[in-house]
Amino acid sequence: MNIYVLMKRTFDTEEKIALSGGKINEDGAEFIINPYDEYAIEEAIQVRDANGGEVTVISVGNEETEKQLRTALAMGADKAVLINIEDEIENGDQFTTAKILAEYLKDKDADLIIGGNVAIDNASGQVGPRVAELLTIPYVTTITKLEIDGTNVTVTRDVEGDAEVIETSLPLLVTAQQGLNEPRYPSLPGIMKAKKKPLEELELDDLDLEEEDVEAKTKTIEIYLPPKKEAGRVLTGDLNEQVQELVQLLHTEAKVI
Amino acid sequence: MNFELDEDILFLKKNVRDFIQTEVEAVAMQIEEENHIPERVINLSKEMGLFGLSIPEEYGGLGIDMVGKCALYEEIGQTHNGYTTLIGAHTGIGTVGIVEMGNEQQKRKYLPDMANGEKIGAFALTEPAAGSNAANLKTTAVRKGDKYIINGLKHYITNATEASVFTVMAATDPEKGSKGITSFIVEKDFPGFQVGAVEKKMGLRGSHSAECIFEDCEVPVENVLGVEGQGYVNALKILTNGRAGLASRNLGSCLKLLDMSTRYARERIQFGKPIIRNQAVSHMLAEMAVEIEALRSFTYRVAWMVDQGMKVIKEAAMLKLYGSEVYNRVADKAVQIHGGLGYIADYPIERFFRDARITRIYEGTSEIQKNIIAGQLEKEYN
Repeated sequence: MNIYVLMKRTFDTEEKIALSGGKINEDGAEFIINPYDEYAIEEAIQVRDANGGEVTVISVGNEETEKQLRTALAMGADKAVLINIEDEIENGDQFTTAKILAEYLKDKDADLIIGGNVAIDNASGQVGPRVAELLTIPYVTTITKLEIDGTNVTVTRDVEGDAEVIETSLPLLVTAQQGLNEPRYPSLPGIMKAKKKPLEELELDDLDLEEEDVEAKTKTIEIYLPPKKEAGRVLTGDLNEQVQELVQLLHTEAKVI
Repeated sequence: MNFELDEDILFLKKNVRDFIQTEVEAVAMQIEEENHIPERVINLSKEMGLFGLSIPEEYGGLGIDMVGKCALYEEIGQTHNGYTTLIGAHTGIGTVGIVEMGNEQQKRKYLPDMANGEKIGAFALTEPAAGSNAANLKTTAVRKGDKYIINGLKHYITNATEASVFTVMAATDPEKGSKGITSFIVEKDFPGFQVGAVEKKMGLRGSHSAECIFEDCEVPVENVLGVEGQGYVNALKILTNGRAGLASRNLGSCLKLLDMSTRYARERIQFGKPIIRNQAVSHMLAEMAVEIEALRSFTYRVAWMVDQGMKVIKEAAMLKLYGSEVYNRVADKAVQIHGGLGYIADYPIERFFRDARITRIYEGTSEIQKNIIAGQLEKEYN
């Protein structure tokens, strides 16, 4: 089976976000594989181990993304592809990424493509579905279970706490939700072996794409941090008055009722 | 001169760090309370390949040099020392004998299972009458046809309850003293071998030290490790090579203690200001940091010397001595900085303090290290 994983390099969940000059400051920050993409990698490895085939992990990123791709190889993926857009694209968006990925994947005869449900940085959840649309294959998002029997696929997806079971067939794109599996740690021998696994680096040119083909469809106007959380207020006085005041505040100030 | 670890090692180190900080730290208090390392953590450690970190690649291990091993031990030392000891004793004195002195057949037979953690290793030298005076062994091995018959009692053997493969020193020619000792590979299922009483210790909970009892224990001739009569030399070699590893695990614990102490001193407010603003406290932190930095440099220098094939008898003894003494001084200051909290069992500081104490005793006491250092110094002037 020909399996592809879409992977993004993101800020470590422990990092504090700081802005400088209207941009997110990346200096000294730790980067990781987007946690939802870790589920995707783990699932791809498990599907390959059960059905045979090959797992290729692809990322659209910069030179630094090689580290996260090496980690995916160390977990057990067979090949990695880095599409380095660092020098060509300054402000990409979900369209940019999806277009590049689809262009790469269009002649690869992928049986199964797995991505994360969302990336923890921009959290759009768009790239997976957009790639599937561009490749004109079916997709199922936020999956928590994947069963493959020949070309028939049964997928369980998380619908805000409930489960929806969908029957579909390969080729297919799915995006992984928490609970799909428990990603393995890259083993130390795995890390040593990963050094010898192929990691291909491509640029837009190699995909016959021009910068204007992948130009962002959105424009970022401003980046700002969420307002600081203010201290809570303790109501005092007669209990009945407190309740009245609370209801009033929920209505007028918090505007939740 | 280059003080940087290479990128591959840094990558391995980071992954070990993530694993230790996520999986082992989460159960550190549990290990302490139950005196037992959860199976889940052991199994994950096996999958990680931690049990094979001192074994060459061709026998299923990681195949990295001493500098690389020390970099990983530095991370493994940053958590519960009972866990650190299980891994350290296995990958150190428990396997090094077979790696360095074993013949091809022995390596093929034992190392792959030891690399994946299916078989744990232990090193059995110490006896009731042979502690620092390690050559005074009462355990004997007598050749009988194609077997040796071993009789005797070993005690304080780390990993004895978990181990399946023991490197055992026994006197084959008691009259020759240290030149009449031979090393053997003994499997736990060999007839006449059994593990005896398990000691209750001050610390290192989760790691178990026990007696090993040999009653007409039959060991096939092919399980002689190295040359007959060379057992004492083998034992010293195994211990010498273990010393850089041991120091780097102590270094890891020191780094953890400095990290916890600095954070605490910044957060703890007394008399209206963080206690780090008190010179007495800040100087303790400064002293800890200086000694740790010196230990770090010394550790990697000795590891580098080992990798160059240089003789390190004196330096390894110095490092064992210094690393253990620094760990104890750092742990003592960490308790002092934490005050009452440093004495409370709900918090890890007092655990490190108790666990640190053994490092001045095991694998050669601080005093024995000084004897070795002075002996080597004297030789240099002969």
